[in-house]
Amino acid sequence: MTLLQTRDLKAFYGDFQALFGIDLALAAGETVAIIGANGAGKTTLLRSVSGIIANAPEAVTLEGRPIGALAAPEVVALGIAMVPEGRKLFASLSVEENLLIGRYGRDVAGPWTLDSVYGLFPVLKERRNVPATALSGGQQQMVAIGRALMSNPRVLLCDEISLGLAPVVIRDIYAAFPRIRESGAAIVIVEQDIGQALRVAERVYCMMEGRVTLSGRPGELSREAIHAAYFGVHA
Amino acid sequence: MSWLDTVVQGVLLGGLYALFAAGLSLVFGIMRLVNLAHGDLIVLAAYLILVLVTALGLNPFVAALVAMPIMFAAGWALQRLVLNRTLGDDILPPLLVTFGLSIVIQNALLEGFSADSRRIYAGGIETASLAIGPVNVGVMPLLTLASAVLAIVALNQLFYRTSLGRAFRATSDDPVTAGLMGIRPNRIFAQATGVAMVVVTIAALYLGTRANFDPATGPSRLIYAFEAVIIGGLGSLWGTLAGGIIIGVAQTVGAAVNPEWQILAGHVAFLAVLLARPRGLFPRAVD
Repeated sequence: MTLLQTRDLKAFYGDFQALFGIDLALAAGETVAIIGANGAGKTTLLRSVSGIIANAPEAVTLEGRPIGALAAPEVVALGIAMVPEGRKLFASLSVEENLLIGRYGRDVAGPWTLDSVYGLFPVLKERRNVPATALSGGQQQMVAIGRALMSNPRVLLCDEISLGLAPVVIRDIYAAFPRIRESGAAIVIVEQDIGQALRVAERVYCMMEGRVTLSGRPGELSREAIHAAYFGVHA
Repeated sequence: MSWLDTVVQGVLLGGLYALFAAGLSLVFGIMRLVNLAHGDLIVLAAYLILVLVTALGLNPFVAALVAMPIMFAAGWALQRLVLNRTLGDDILPPLLVTFGLSIVIQNALLEGFSADSRRIYAGGIETASLAIGPVNVGVMPLLTLASAVLAIVALNQLFYRTSLGRAFRATSDDPVTAGLMGIRPNRIFAQATGVAMVVVTIAALYLGTRANFDPATGPSRLIYAFEAVIIGGLGSLWGTLAGGIIIGVAQTVGAAVNPEWQILAGHVAFLAVLLARPRGLFPRAVD
């Protein structure tokens, strides 16, 4: 059963076309990784799905319902939450307030509450009254993920969560993903770090220059094929 | 004890300036909008209270309570229909539009109420006073300062204790990411301007009962409000109260030295603070 789908999704920044017809499908509860180099269009894709960039209505559908033209607040109300690139925590809000604001637009009962987010990332509970931007990079990323989970999303979009973090910290954060998956959310992980993405994803899409160049299950894709799809060179 | 008396009167006057400034500070803090019509909106609210008092025979304090929801709705509509369209990367459109709005309000009031100066009569309470220790304090100035403190306490509670307050601060930090949380910045801004107009109504009550006002009174009130906001540090409500009190004390002390120096002393105090602390006394950590 397809939960989220994009069909011939095109996106523009003024005259510059960033996406050239992306077709992507996500099943309920599935984890999908989107990999690609800088400028491949991964972030643009997530911004289009989350409603920051407006698209043709039919270009993005949720359970068959066209949502491509909806604005971000309407999209999050339908259960698509985003962990934005660079975390984008609210500097005037404490850690706990950042988490609480995650359910502003979608306050529904579900597995994720303040307590369960603190259970997932216990370090945040100790620092809950500290301004969010006073935390370390890894802890800030935990807040950003927790904030998105607070809306009990059906789809969690994660944009470059490993960016700028030490490998040991990245491992800690990815260790939370099995529990997020058990809660029933489908997950889209956008990464430049291929190794991390392939370990947690059931399927992977590789993007280059605004197009999907390869897709499949991680075990079935050869290193050479990924290399070619990622860099555009044929070994 | 005339110096003590002078300072006390200055502190009480500062309460009025803080009330003028709190709404301005609130709107600027949330949406980086400098509302040049703020002083005229205070005068508009004073006329609204005056109409309620004269037409319905209400007590001015009751009339202000009646005026509050009306002014909230007016502020909400003003933001939704006009000011939201001016917000963006360019700072010039909001300045031009609120400057134009200032002229529109002044001329509309001139048409409606003539240039005669008016006053809201509060039934003798204006001249009542209390002896507190060695100084005599007017009941009205005391109520003004108490209202300013209460308004700022209430606004701080709203800001730091409620979901709406969190949304105000988050939108102020980053409207795009706030959208990802389900916050619609345009609605948040409309509610913020509505709240600011409630504070404006309180300011109008004391403006109108303490002194005469006419349709052209607004801009001079705006200057004191601006100075109070900037002395206090942009976005800090307690700083705005401190700023109002500094201007108030400077004015009464200046007037005690030489009656011609009252207004000048307030402006000099403003410039002195700006020289020593260009970001104000209590700037917010993040800008």
